[in-house]
Amino acid sequence: MPDLGRVVVLAGGLSHERDVSLRSGGRVAEELREQGVDVEVHDADAGFVASAALDPPDVVLPLLHGEQGEDGSLRTVLDLLGLPYVGSGPRAARTAFDKPIANGVVAAAGISVPSSLVLPHAAFRDLGAATLLDGVLARLGLPLVVQPARGGSALGASIVSDAGDLPSAMVACFAYGEDAMLQAYAAGTEVAVSVVDTADGPVALPPVEIVPDAPFYDYQARYTAGATEFFVPARLDDEGLAAVAETAVTAHAALGLRDLSRSDMIVGPGGTITWLEANVAPGMTETSLFPLAVTGADLRLGEVLRDLLATARNR
Amino acid sequence: MTASQIRSLFAVASRPEVVSLAGGMPTIASLPLDTIGEQIATLIRDDGQTALQYGSGQGDPRLREQITEVMRTVGIAGHPDDVVVTVGSQQALDLVTRIFVDPGDTVLVEAPSYVGALSTFRSYQADVHHVEMDDHGLVPEALRAAIAALQSTGTQPKFLYTIPSYHNPAGVTQTEQRRRQILEVAQRSDVLVIEDDPYGLLGFDGEVPRAIRADTEDGVIYLGSFSKTFAPGLRVGWALAPHGVREKLVLAAEASVLCPPSMNQLVVSRYLEQNDWMAQVKVFRDLYRERRDAMLEALSDHLADDTRWTVPEGGFYVWLTLPEGLDSQAMLPRAVTDRVAYVPGTAFFADGFGSRAMRLSYCYPTPERIREGVRRLAAVVGAELDLVRTFGPGHPSLRAGYGLPTPDLT
Repeated sequence: MPDLGRVVVLAGGLSHERDVSLRSGGRVAEELREQGVDVEVHDADAGFVASAALDPPDVVLPLLHGEQGEDGSLRTVLDLLGLPYVGSGPRAARTAFDKPIANGVVAAAGISVPSSLVLPHAAFRDLGAATLLDGVLARLGLPLVVQPARGGSALGASIVSDAGDLPSAMVACFAYGEDAMLQAYAAGTEVAVSVVDTADGPVALPPVEIVPDAPFYDYQARYTAGATEFFVPARLDDEGLAAVAETAVTAHAALGLRDLSRSDMIVGPGGTITWLEANVAPGMTETSLFPLAVTGADLRLGEVLRDLLATARNR
Repeated sequence: MTASQIRSLFAVASRPEVVSLAGGMPTIASLPLDTIGEQIATLIRDDGQTALQYGSGQGDPRLREQITEVMRTVGIAGHPDDVVVTVGSQQALDLVTRIFVDPGDTVLVEAPSYVGALSTFRSYQADVHHVEMDDHGLVPEALRAAIAALQSTGTQPKFLYTIPSYHNPAGVTQTEQRRRQILEVAQRSDVLVIEDDPYGLLGFDGEVPRAIRADTEDGVIYLGSFSKTFAPGLRVGWALAPHGVREKLVLAAEASVLCPPSMNQLVVSRYLEQNDWMAQVKVFRDLYRERRDAMLEALSDHLADDTRWTVPEGGFYVWLTLPEGLDSQAMLPRAVTDRVAYVPGTAFFADGFGSRAMRLSYCYPTPERIREGVRRLAAVVGAELDLVRTFGPGHPSLRAGYGLPTPDLT
């Protein structure tokens, strides 16, 4: 077993996904301890930075979700402190976190993404909301998805099926950020594919199919045990499974992601794949998709992360 | 927004970077901790055999006597035999509800009402009816009308739950006249009154409102607590109930926890005996008055005329009503991003109302932090107003209702 020295799992932070991050951190620490790894869980605050400068850990596993954790800023700080860490570097994280930019990069790699528009609140305010919303409806049709351009866990996101609900969806979205991404709704089977870098390059874990009780895989459905049914591997034929795996690996490479990522996508009726987004710090809670995929591959989460920590430490 | 989403936002609110105007935690830093530490050490050394042993299901007899002395300050002449010590007054509320409420039974509460009570009532599947309040608390005429309307459909409310003094969350206090009228309406309609009085001694002008229970021995169950006058971590509260109810309360309490913690009761008892506890209450009053003033001043300085708030004369809370079209729950993510937290008004209603309101607490942050928190809140309200101007008002978010208390919220 590789000697990892002292490992710090970073969890918490000040994003709206703090709670999820704390749960991810607790779970991962337990799994790593079972592998005999010396782990501490730390909040990503000024106290951590001060203590890491004085007594640097050997390797860091950042599990912060949302802004700060995934927008590249924390990773920049870790680079500044000279601390090796698991996961993508700042630039790739920033690209993946910004959904419109990520969509562009992935589309350029030949993957299909939903047609979308990005508009800041200021545009609606200054140019007239009613006219712009009419334009959005004419371009994208219904139903459509409204979500903050940055952020995760579906916070501030809604599916709008009735034009009358669009203004309230916009208000809910702008409570989370200044830019809204309006996207054509892709109907089909929701599939999440986790990717792990190995010595042989990036490898897709078994795709996980998501069937929420609610019509939409929202925050509640994501983090309430039993609120969603999962199928590992997804109920696709072999060709379909291979296609979603390839899509995830291609997106991982196109976005320049490192060590681990998770791509979410929709498989339409004819087997068409629409890529939605990538996560550079996928959730690790008891209801999260990455750990399900690891189990589906007959691996142990602790072992997979231990190997990634070893790679990071030797980088 | 769902309850789990709100809980997740509050996970951030507990961080020191955020000014939390959400919590209801008393400031216990002003307690003489060294002295209390010595008293507890002495307690264990001299009376450890009692303190660490099971005790009476009704509560320690000496403490029950002392509780009657405490209640004298709000005008109540109670008998120690009618006092049941509970694990915080929250347990007393739970036991009372267990005894009186079957699923589907109706209970009356103020609009808004204490979030912890609403969750207790919900857990017993009570049908909760809110009754109007104004700046002087529950409106007797509205109470009479609500009872009459229910009775006309064959529904007899099981009880009225009221917080007459320094209301949580509304911050208002019933006048003496109101109290008499409310009691009269309740008695005439044969409706039991649950009088919850955790803040009664925390009036800023030093005046202690006379309890409703002070004027009657029947028809009122009085709930008291040491959480705000001493220490919430000890979880020592009580119910003063008429004989018949008291016996049922003791049986229910024994079935639930056998007996309240002996140790904690004795700590409270020694504290009351060996310290000038009323002087400490005065320290708390001064502290909270200063914080209340800081909050009111900051609200006046930073928030526009179309925002309204109550002016509490005691207790912990200001109830703020936002301009038309704003939804405090939909605004919460923006507030947390800007590092300030509050409790959305919908938490204090069983029926989805309260979306324009919020509860602000001034009991825990320092005056300086309160001013900073209100400054941030005003910026959040301004930005949200901007948004509503863009998209038009009247887009209420999905209601979380009252499924969201965390200990920090009470």
